[in-house]
Amino acid sequence: MSEQSPTAHTISSIREGLLKKAFSAAEIAREALAFAERENPKTNAYLLFSSERAMEAAERVDKKIAAGDDPGLLGGVPVAVKDVILTKGVRSSCGSRMLEHYIPPYDATAIERIEAAGGLIIGKTNCDEFAMGSSNENSAFGPVRNPVALDRVPGGSSGGSAAAVAQKTAVAALGSDTGGSIRQPASFCGVVGVTPTYGRVSRYGLVAFASSLDHIGPFARNVRDAATVLEAMAGRDPLDSTSAEAPVPNYAGHLDGDVRGMRLGVPVEYMKHATGETAALIDRSIEGLRGLGCDVREISLPATDYAIATYYIICTAEASSNLARYDGARYGFRSAASGTLSDMYRNTRGEGFGAEVKRRIMLGTYVLSHGYYDAYYLKAQKVRALITRDFTNAFRSVDAIVAPVSPFPAFRIGEKVNDPMAMYLSDIYTITGSLAGIPCMSVPCGATSEGLPVGLQILCNHFHEEKMFRLAHAFESTTN
Amino acid sequence: MKLTETEVRYVANLANLNLTEEEVARMVHDLGSVLEHMDRLAGVDTNGVEPMSQVLYETEETATLRPDAERAPLGNELALANAPMPGNGYFKVPKVIER
Repeated sequence: MSEQSPTAHTISSIREGLLKKAFSAAEIAREALAFAERENPKTNAYLLFSSERAMEAAERVDKKIAAGDDPGLLGGVPVAVKDVILTKGVRSSCGSRMLEHYIPPYDATAIERIEAAGGLIIGKTNCDEFAMGSSNENSAFGPVRNPVALDRVPGGSSGGSAAAVAQKTAVAALGSDTGGSIRQPASFCGVVGVTPTYGRVSRYGLVAFASSLDHIGPFARNVRDAATVLEAMAGRDPLDSTSAEAPVPNYAGHLDGDVRGMRLGVPVEYMKHATGETAALIDRSIEGLRGLGCDVREISLPATDYAIATYYIICTAEASSNLARYDGARYGFRSAASGTLSDMYRNTRGEGFGAEVKRRIMLGTYVLSHGYYDAYYLKAQKVRALITRDFTNAFRSVDAIVAPVSPFPAFRIGEKVNDPMAMYLSDIYTITGSLAGIPCMSVPCGATSEGLPVGLQILCNHFHEEKMFRLAHAFESTTN
Repeated sequence: MKLTETEVRYVANLANLNLTEEEVARMVHDLGSVLEHMDRLAGVDTNGVEPMSQVLYETEETATLRPDAERAPLGNELALANAPMPGNGYFKVPKVIER
């Protein structure tokens, strides 16, 4: 192939090369795997490489091309997958000792669709244990280093996926987002990260953390590639009753529309928390959007101050219920300390889960426990309705909302690990969109004086991904 | 809201979670500071607000039910493939009668 690794390509340049017979999908797979394996020790982004699976997928793509058929939307594209998304026959650990040897007997629907579109699954990426964390420091298999600044975190929980795309060891990656786990690492690593509308992508085969909040979404190095990967995965799946019937638009085909006159809201409640350089970069981005002819105005999302409390009640409550299944009986780790059935449960869970997962199970069990349910869980569900109402009201007068992704850029590994509350507070800008279930994304908007990337967040109303991508694409062209 | 060690142990028991002495002490501190933050919800006026347990959006009528058609099950062998202690086509666990 060329001098550079195939993983440095875009989706369209891979397609072009395949169709011109400049290279084959098998060559792409082989070189991508070799490059990713060589580069991985720098960041620990991948937990394993699925060489056999990638080579088989590449063969299928090459056969199609030889037969004169279309190689597919993602034909020959190397894709990395967060380890909470199940891959048949390829270990899926969720970054946990609990599932250290777990080999799924089936594929997630998103994985089936990526491969049906010609994508090559090259490996599974590191993440915070069961997707719980904002720094990737909660993985049982060691932290991921940010490829932009190796002493810093890549963000979390999909830190490995963001790092792989930033390090150019994959063209695109899949992550999961419950409260910002795609957008925040995307902003920390300087790549595009998309959380689609709740229900847009099937969660069948996504290991459940908080079911009313969990999403699957793509990472890529540009808006077009991210839109293409989402298009390949999205759509109704009978195996996930929350997946939406709404038809899937051709996202990548509608990126070039005019954004002149588009009404953008900037929430006053968000801007007051952003610090120094992040705030300055967001302000500059908003000026850039004005320059594109967008009509920018201030809006208010008054329930924002309650979002963190609401989110951490709901997500821990759902997590405590979802993680009850790890009991040592049917799959995963079982403690060697024997005893009664009850001892087996308690020892297995005590030894198998890490500190953050235990903390969240405890919080969730507490807020659901007798006497506290109304004050915490029920109350949080009502405040969630208020947070969602804020967005519904805002989208009556604006087409999109623009905001920071995180109050600060990537922090140093170890800097916040001993203060869970400080870590939770850093999720302020991403969890509101997650609670409302609206599509949101992070698009790179520059870097601080230390060279740390900062992301601009774009949020739109339910199923308005096309509009969100169009705005992101127009903005991206002003920053290149 | 501050938690006591006794409350932490009670909740750990509900969650079937063994905690070491150190973990209990750490939980008292960590959960306390998070619950204190969560207490701010008490001041929000939610009179007449319906709890939101699922994401809702304006949409056309959807057919979220699937046809009740037969599908091949996972099968015994695959279902047991990840079991920590399989035996005779079953999951083996300690005696259930003695808790």
